[in-house]
Amino acid sequence: MSDISNGQERKEQSKLDLAEEKVRKVEIIISTVLRVGVLTSLTLVVVGLIVSFVHNSGSLVNSSVREKFYISRAYHFPHTLGAMFSGLSHFDGTSIIVLGLLLLVLTPVVRVAVSIFTFLYQKDGKFMIITGYVLAVLILSFFLGKTGG
Amino acid sequence: MSVLVFSLVLFAICVLAGVLGSLLGIGGGLVVVPVLTLLFHVDIRLAIGASIVSVIATSSGAAAAYVRERITNLRIGMFLEIATTTGAITGAYIAGLVSGRVLYVLFGVILGYSSLQMFRKRHGHPPLEVSTDKWANSLVLHSSYYDVAEGKEIPYKVTNTKVGLVLMYVAGAVSGLLGIGSGALKVPAMDLAMRLPMKVSSATSNFMIGVTAAASAGVYFARGDIDPYIAAPVASGVLIGALVGSKLLPKLRAESVRLLFVVVLLIISIQMLYKGIL
Repeated sequence: MSDISNGQERKEQSKLDLAEEKVRKVEIIISTVLRVGVLTSLTLVVVGLIVSFVHNSGSLVNSSVREKFYISRAYHFPHTLGAMFSGLSHFDGTSIIVLGLLLLVLTPVVRVAVSIFTFLYQKDGKFMIITGYVLAVLILSFFLGKTGG
Repeated sequence: MSVLVFSLVLFAICVLAGVLGSLLGIGGGLVVVPVLTLLFHVDIRLAIGASIVSVIATSSGAAAAYVRERITNLRIGMFLEIATTTGAITGAYIAGLVSGRVLYVLFGVILGYSSLQMFRKRHGHPPLEVSTDKWANSLVLHSSYYDVAEGKEIPYKVTNTKVGLVLMYVAGAVSGLLGIGSGALKVPAMDLAMRLPMKVSSATSNFMIGVTAAASAGVYFARGDIDPYIAAPVASGVLIGALVGSKLLPKLRAESVRLLFVVVLLIISIQMLYKGIL
């Protein structure tokens, strides 16, 4: 093999190594964001469930699912931020669950937002644009209010 | 059935859904929706709300491990999210224009075909060593992962980036149109077209599905479709299942994951054909 192609190969290899190292840092940061988000929301959901069962032990343990909430939609639970915060202020179990679920939903969005900053820090222009676009579409879809799973 | 019993049974089923979803990169909705509607007779809207939560839970719970263990190809995931998110928005907007039944039949056929192809290529589908794909080269999408089952580092090159983008756009649009998780389309697209190793396809699909689901979750939440007493056992069960599944995937042989995927894909395909024809 000629020297020229060897040199080129080495250059390619060092380019790959550098990229690999950069990716590693982003991986650790993103994994941490996901782990913290997931564990916090899991804790809140479980605490909220326990609090609700302790507070309403009679109705939740004894009453039938059918007559309680699941079939009829007459049962009300907080599904606005205002209702959730007012529930949280008096340690309402349902509102703690809702806060946990909300955190869970926000975790992937935070993950996208954080990766933009890591790419910015690493001066990776292409991936800054890519993740920036994804975050923009995500925010847009929140406002448009129409997307599937 | 009391609420306590309901919560405990649902939690246990969702642990299994989380394991399956995190292994295959398809989210937990596949199990959660039928269980809630058929077994517990829960309103379909509340079931879909819970399913959205389960997709995000599987995705984030498993991705935390897959990303750290370098099974997920982050750059490919983020790059393809361009197409999935754009597709999801378009899908939601053209939903009224196309017949749901036609779509169910169409995607039932596509998924059935993908399942067959993935089965046929279960042997002799080694990772690429050379790629002339310009986008993959310039965005440095090639990578490698350490396969615990085989006990070695497996390098792979990526190809057909543009085809992958188109397929991801379609996957996003389908999820917007039919309101189903699109991991079932994402995995075959990465495996068959872009030539990613099976475990990498599954882990990367897993990484991406949370973002599309998060986009719609706000709407479901505001509409009151996410019932805390249904979503809480679902979210906690699926999360724990995903944590278990993500410990399991590295140890499984790629062929086993592939075969499991083929079977599940075939079931989804039959489900879709059934909905479209009947």
